[in-house]
Amino acid sequence: MIPLNVNRKAYQVDVSPDMPLLWAIRDVLGFTGTKYGCGVAQCGACVVHLNGEAVRSCITKVSRAAGQQVVTIEGLSENNNHPLQLAWREIDVPQCGYCHSGQLMSAAVLLRENPNPTDKDIDDAMAGNICRCGTYLRIRKAIHLAAGMQQMGQKNG
Amino acid sequence: MKQQPAPGTRYLLPVKTITAIAIILSVIAVTTTAFKDRNGFTGNNAKNDDINSDSVKSVIAFMQVYKVLMSPRCMNCHPAGDQPLQGDDSHIHTMNVQRGKDGTGVYALKCTNCHQPTNVAGVNTPPGNPKWQLPPADMKMVFQGKTPHQLALQIMNYNQNGHKNKKQLLEHARDTLVKAGWHMGEGRMPPPLTYKNFLIAWDTWINKGGYSPNPSFK
Repeated sequence: MIPLNVNRKAYQVDVSPDMPLLWAIRDVLGFTGTKYGCGVAQCGACVVHLNGEAVRSCITKVSRAAGQQVVTIEGLSENNNHPLQLAWREIDVPQCGYCHSGQLMSAAVLLRENPNPTDKDIDDAMAGNICRCGTYLRIRKAIHLAAGMQQMGQKNG
Repeated sequence: MKQQPAPGTRYLLPVKTITAIAIILSVIAVTTTAFKDRNGFTGNNAKNDDINSDSVKSVIAFMQVYKVLMSPRCMNCHPAGDQPLQGDDSHIHTMNVQRGKDGTGVYALKCTNCHQPTNVAGVNTPPGNPKWQLPPADMKMVFQGKTPHQLALQIMNYNQNGHKNKKQLLEHARDTLVKAGWHMGEGRMPPPLTYKNFLIAWDTWINKGGYSPNPSFK
């Protein structure tokens, strides 16, 4: 049994330590918001937070996450009200939507580390998340909007 | 008629010859020291064992070391710019990956977000190592584009090599991230020397004085 803490809840999973974390999250624990894209860390659809960092769960072994803090798109906020989620909805960012849980998890790390990112900062953070529908401009716009919301939220306490 | 010196004041060689030899020896001593300074024996690396120095053997060994350091397995993480390189053709890393301040990437694109503690099975999957990173922004330790002369000087310079003294430089070749260059996963060409021969060349280069090749060497 391997101890996993996913979205602030403790689990024990009976899987091989070599299993990709993505398999455990989706198939064993049922958090299907995280998607399988390429399987070789090239597309970013499977990004989750491991101790706050945007790791690619398709090639991260369960053993690396044992006893660590994992957050998936389902745990990004309590009520789907993370500024990024609100901005995504406001701007209607997704087209097919398949890559967007990964996009949001990557963007969340950016906004945590840089509350007021420039276009270049966004490119530096997000270029590893591929969107076949080409929603990049809306993603960038939504990140700027979310940054503003986050700052307003902090001002309003 | 030539005057004989008084008994007890007789020299083996004429005074002029002795003076000339003394001047030549002084010049050799001064230029040897200057040569070593030019070759980076600064800071903690100044304590070199002169008895073991051999500039010829040292330089020959470095030319072997140089081939390894300039191979993609080493150079790709010692780029001239602020982005790592990738592949046997050393192209700029896809995904716009950046060095970052401490060499571990930025935001959602930190090295260990994809590079795991071990290699991932399959072709073109990210190679792995627990220490995966680039040199930090304040000491980039660039290999790309350096001549043998420049690279040898840089590595022997305490203020350009990550503050490593001679002992630490010797140890560095045994570091797990350096060793990983010979086990980079499927589809990646290893460096041109075996790890064992690299170690021999590295140790020889440093133990024989850490000399840098002549600037004309390419």
